[in-house]
Amino acid sequence: MHSAKGFYTVGEPIIDEKSPAGPIETRWDRRRFGAKLVNPANKRKLTVIVVGTGLAGGSAAATLGELGYNVKSFCYQDSPRRAHSIAAQGGINAAKNYRNDGDSVYRLFYDTVKGGDFRARESNVYRLAQISVEIIDQCVAQGVPFAREYGGLLDTRSFGGAQVSRTFYARGQTGQQLLLGAYQALARQIAAGRVEMHPRTEMLDLIVVDGRARGIVVRDLVTGGVSTHFADAVVLATGGYGNAFYLSTNAKGCNTTAIWRAHRRGALMANPCYTQIHPTCIPVSGEHQSKLTLMSESLRNDGRVWVPKQGGDSRAANDIPEGERDYYLERTYPSFGNLVPRDIASRAAKHVCDEGRGVGPGGLGVYLDFADAIRRLGRAAVEAKYGNLFEMYQRITGEAPYEVPMRIYPAVHYTMGGLWVDYDLRSTVPGLFVIGEANFSDHGANRLGASALMQGLADGYFVLPNTIGDYLADGPFETVDSAHPEVTAAVSEVVDRITALLLVNGDRTVDSFHRELGHIMWEHCGMERTEEGLRKALKLIPALREEFWRRVKVPGGGEGLNQSLEKAGRVADFFELAELMCVDALHRKESCGGHFRAESQSPDGEALRDDAEFSYVAAWEYAQPPVLHREQLTFEHVEPTQRSYK
Amino acid sequence: MRLTLRIWRQSTKDDGRLVDYRLDDVSEDMSFLEVLDVLNEELILAGDEPVAFDHDCREGICGMCGMMINGVAHGPERATTACQLHMRHFADGATITVEPWRAKPFPVVRDLVVDRSALDRIIEAGGYISAPTGSAPDAHAVAVPKPDADTAFESAACIGCGACVAACPNGSGMLFTAAKITHLGVLPQGQPERDSRVLDMVRAHDDLGFGGCTNTGECTAVCPKGVPLDSIGRLNRDLLRASLRPRR
Ligand SMILES: Cc1cc2nc3c(=O)[nH]c(=O)nc-3n(C[C@H](O)[C@H](O)[C@H](O)COP(=O)(O)OP(=O)(O)OC[C@H]3O[C@@H](n4cnc5c(N)ncnc54)[C@H](O)[C@@H]3O)c2cc1C
Ligand code: FES
Repeated sequence: MHSAKGFYTVGEPIIDEKSPAGPIETRWDRRRFGAKLVNPANKRKLTVIVVGTGLAGGSAAATLGELGYNVKSFCYQDSPRRAHSIAAQGGINAAKNYRNDGDSVYRLFYDTVKGGDFRARESNVYRLAQISVEIIDQCVAQGVPFAREYGGLLDTRSFGGAQVSRTFYARGQTGQQLLLGAYQALARQIAAGRVEMHPRTEMLDLIVVDGRARGIVVRDLVTGGVSTHFADAVVLATGGYGNAFYLSTNAKGCNTTAIWRAHRRGALMANPCYTQIHPTCIPVSGEHQSKLTLMSESLRNDGRVWVPKQGGDSRAANDIPEGERDYYLERTYPSFGNLVPRDIASRAAKHVCDEGRGVGPGGLGVYLDFADAIRRLGRAAVEAKYGNLFEMYQRITGEAPYEVPMRIYPAVHYTMGGLWVDYDLRSTVPGLFVIGEANFSDHGANRLGASALMQGLADGYFVLPNTIGDYLADGPFETVDSAHPEVTAAVSEVVDRITALLLVNGDRTVDSFHRELGHIMWEHCGMERTEEGLRKALKLIPALREEFWRRVKVPGGGEGLNQSLEKAGRVADFFELAELMCVDALHRKESCGGHFRAESQSPDGEALRDDAEFSYVAAWEYAQPPVLHREQLTFEHVEPTQRSYK
Repeated sequence: MRLTLRIWRQSTKDDGRLVDYRLDDVSEDMSFLEVLDVLNEELILAGDEPVAFDHDCREGICGMCGMMINGVAHGPERATTACQLHMRHFADGATITVEPWRAKPFPVVRDLVVDRSALDRIIEAGGYISAPTGSAPDAHAVAVPKPDADTAFESAACIGCGACVAACPNGSGMLFTAAKITHLGVLPQGQPERDSRVLDMVRAHDDLGFGGCTNTGECTAVCPKGVPLDSIGRLNRDLLRASLRPRR
């Protein structure tokens, strides 16, 4: 047997000391009771930095402002309202049980632990399910225009294979509406002088003084100026790192810089290889492709997925007779059919394309056909349900799904991994908290649809504001001297790095490197991973990184707006993260959730977990080579079983 | 496709000018921003400065992209942001003029990038419902008639891109302001602050240098989300109502 040895070493196990033991229903109550409180008069003397204004950061900054802390908020866009959360379409889960269809906090908890393929902490997930209920109340009070029924009450739908209807939504723009709610709450605190807002400002390093996170180094993206901000605690809410793959459904600016820099300063990075690949995205149309567009999962409720039976069939879809089509999901998974979970649908699409049966440019696509649904329900009914999605598809591809089947292909969508945090959402660096997609906390190895919005808002509105006090109660901490060696070192590292990027003056663009890195990751650390492929990636990535620092061309200077420079810094960090993702994927020899190791599958090709070996969180310490700290997972309430969707 | 892009180039040091760029190999499947990407790759390798433009989601929802394309905010397709505009809507051989938003409250930062933070200032003046975290009653405590919820949604769909301001001959931000007034003003939760909201937001709007509304309707015509013009009528009614009542 090969082993991953040599790529990493093993350190001490790590444990979450903050979650109380005992009955799971009262853990969150007991933790809140056990946490120290900050005297209201003292809050005014405490400053908290929140980086990121998405659902997690926006809600946290607003709430901390309301509580009376001094908050400094940062984002790279020109307005906090544009954080990537804005793009979420489908909805947000909550165990309201308004439908009386058997939902409960316990069921949402159970579904999430199981959906995560038993690689998440029970305590965290239970709390998330509890808080889900308060989130909906909070958002409605802010005026979030959720979909309503004729009686005026909130509408819900079922989503992502859940058997209950617990997903609240606002047409296909749920993320936008939730984010505007948080943004408006934030705007109110900005106006009240409780939050100081810094848009178009990018965090480039974390400042750790005497073992505590005390500030950040930032670059003003308009003037190019590098400066420092200090605080009693730092919160990172900087989103996911799916853009390590270059092409993904994430916004172009999504990056790993903030969490990667914090990782280099001592925060452990957990489960970096857990990536979610969404099965229904619009396929790549050419080399110029700059991002991928998600088509809502709901389309699989009525669309039928197929490819030609014969490879190399170049006929147009409508010319292929029924008998020569392979409805492979319905064939392989008779009971779930087209509705199998995301990871299974994605892998199945990859397999048929690998066999040469894919459709569209480059053979990287499968059909999602609505002809049957239109025959059965009528065009009007299909239009009422999916009209806006069909329109969006047509806008991008120029094809009308009413007449020809859609073409879809999987794309990177979400990263379950992130900085390791305890039950209080605190990282391994005292005073550094991490919330939203940037942490690893609640989704295990696979996230259920409509659960990221729930987690971001749970963290920002309800968890962090309660737990951060326990840390801040020991503050205010001694004022940071900007001449402190840790501070000057961090600033000069940032400045030196910018200078280095500008000085290379080579002959390849940043994008060309990013695209090539993406190819490597997609090929070897994507939907299906093998020992051989990962080892290959671990040779290719460092070589490409070395070439990057030798040949990249970043035009312009450090002053003023320089978008190439911004990209260059982000890509440089993606290189380092990508390597750790591959090491993590190589070391985890089991398959679980979004992490499929070809060597670990059941006889019928399903992901095969290895609970005896791998029922742990892999928390990586930055070192050469990285050091693995294991957090053992225990399941007292949900018994781990092998998933089956046959 | 072959295209000529006539693009506004401006740095902090100059007053800006239009510069022509030829592109010989544009695919009609490209989005407008992807064409700018391709051009920028060429410019960088040739040792020139790439064209600066704002963008992020490239899905038509974040509101970050925005430029005048042949004199129209976001270009020729209705209800479509620049990032969602595809090249199949242009003729082979066309010359396309690309300029930044031009409006007094939106100073140009560089090339096609402008500073739209005035829009945030309008929201900060009152574009919210005061509902501190933790204070909310159960979501079903108040039913909202579906037509009201739908009206609120229609206006809440605004992405804050600023196209309405750029298209308006007066540089007015009334459609943007009215969208928020309407969204919050039709909901029961928004009633307690309805008067102060409209007074404060309109005052901020005027103080920030946005022009007045003369109902030309150019704003709705270019709005990528189709925010309706009658939201401005609603704002005016609310404003009148609020001004006639003693401020509480
Ligand atoms: C197309 C799409 C559809 C989705 N649909 C759904 C759905 O229906 N339901 C669901 O539950 N989830 C969905 N998700 C997932 C969900 O939207 C995200 O996981 C979630 O919104 C992330 O929120 P966040 O607050 O953690 O981060 P983000 O919203 O990504 O915010 C990150 C913030 O950090 C800032 N930032 C980042 N780096 C830096 C830096 N270095 N310096 C300064 N600031 C920085 C950014 O400016 C931004 O403000 C979807 C995701 C995508 C891509
Ligand atoms: S880039 Fe987000 S709307 Fe165009």
